[in-house]
Amino acid sequence: MNKKFLIPLALFAALVVFLAVGLTRDPREIPSPLVGKPAPEFSLPVLVGDKPFSPSDLKGKVWMFNVWATWCVACREEHPLLVDFAKSSRIPVVGLSYKEIQPQDMANGPLKDAEKLQMARERSLRFLQRQGDPYSLSVLDLDGRVGIDYGVYGVPETYLIDKQGIIRYKRVGPLTPQILIDTVLPLIQTLEAS
Amino acid sequence: MKWMLLCWLLLAPPAWAAEALPMAENPQVEARLVVISEELRCLVCQNESLASSNAELAEDLRREVRKLIREDKTDAQIKTYLVERYGDFVLYRPQVKPLTWPLWFGPFFMLLAAVWGLWRYLRLRKNALGQAHASPRPASNEAATHKD
Repeated sequence: MNKKFLIPLALFAALVVFLAVGLTRDPREIPSPLVGKPAPEFSLPVLVGDKPFSPSDLKGKVWMFNVWATWCVACREEHPLLVDFAKSSRIPVVGLSYKEIQPQDMANGPLKDAEKLQMARERSLRFLQRQGDPYSLSVLDLDGRVGIDYGVYGVPETYLIDKQGIIRYKRVGPLTPQILIDTVLPLIQTLEAS
Repeated sequence: MKWMLLCWLLLAPPAWAAEALPMAENPQVEARLVVISEELRCLVCQNESLASSNAELAEDLRREVRKLIREDKTDAQIKTYLVERYGDFVLYRPQVKPLTWPLWFGPFFMLLAAVWGLWRYLRLRKNALGQAHASPRPASNEAATHKD
């Protein structure tokens, strides 16, 4: 009888714990249904060269897929880390330039696809020349269709794809040194060994 | 006069009734698009539906949904298309499956538990009261009144 008053207190404590845990979590981080699934196929123009790139070109290799754009502020923050990573890592990093041409670029009327491609190439190349180029190659997704297939909703996003072409990891938002050390690098080692 | 003005204001169609959608090429497609996208969440501005969001990604997703509608896909197929890419989070009405059971049935379970708790509490109280009544003194009283 004398301990009954503890029940509401315990319930309240449980509620506080739930709320406290909830506060530390990022509501923008949504578990991706793509982890464990094959990387969606596509064929997109590359930044330099004429031959389009498809994920199947990298079958048998572990690789990183990074979605970025020059208009994306968080990508700029992430960029030096990616450059460092690419220097020290053996795995190819493929960049996906996501919707480089934004509506505001077409304020003076719509652009033709070829014009868009040209503009996106120039802008991305200029950015990579200035800030360093971490990408083994970059592809251009102008209308964001491939982005949709990869469930992109907040650039930058980063994926790790294994030798069989299965997505093993997805990160929404910029990579941090902590994430690289704690998650990405160990995972790459495991995937390379398998 | 003021009354009439107020009534007129209240009766006027709300300004937000028309969503910011591109001009309808095909009203039937647009009508279905609105119905479906009301049920889908915009991922960029998480508390808006795909129908009402002005985010660029929402526009792209509406374009894809429009395409799927034109291809005569069913609502379920269209939702699956989005869930495959963005996860259950895009659905405002989550599917019923083991993972979402607590979400769907948890409240009913808690209600049942509460009713059971109440029932037990009431029974205990009744027993306690009954015992109090069954104590010798009131019993003799009762017997006494009966005699009268």
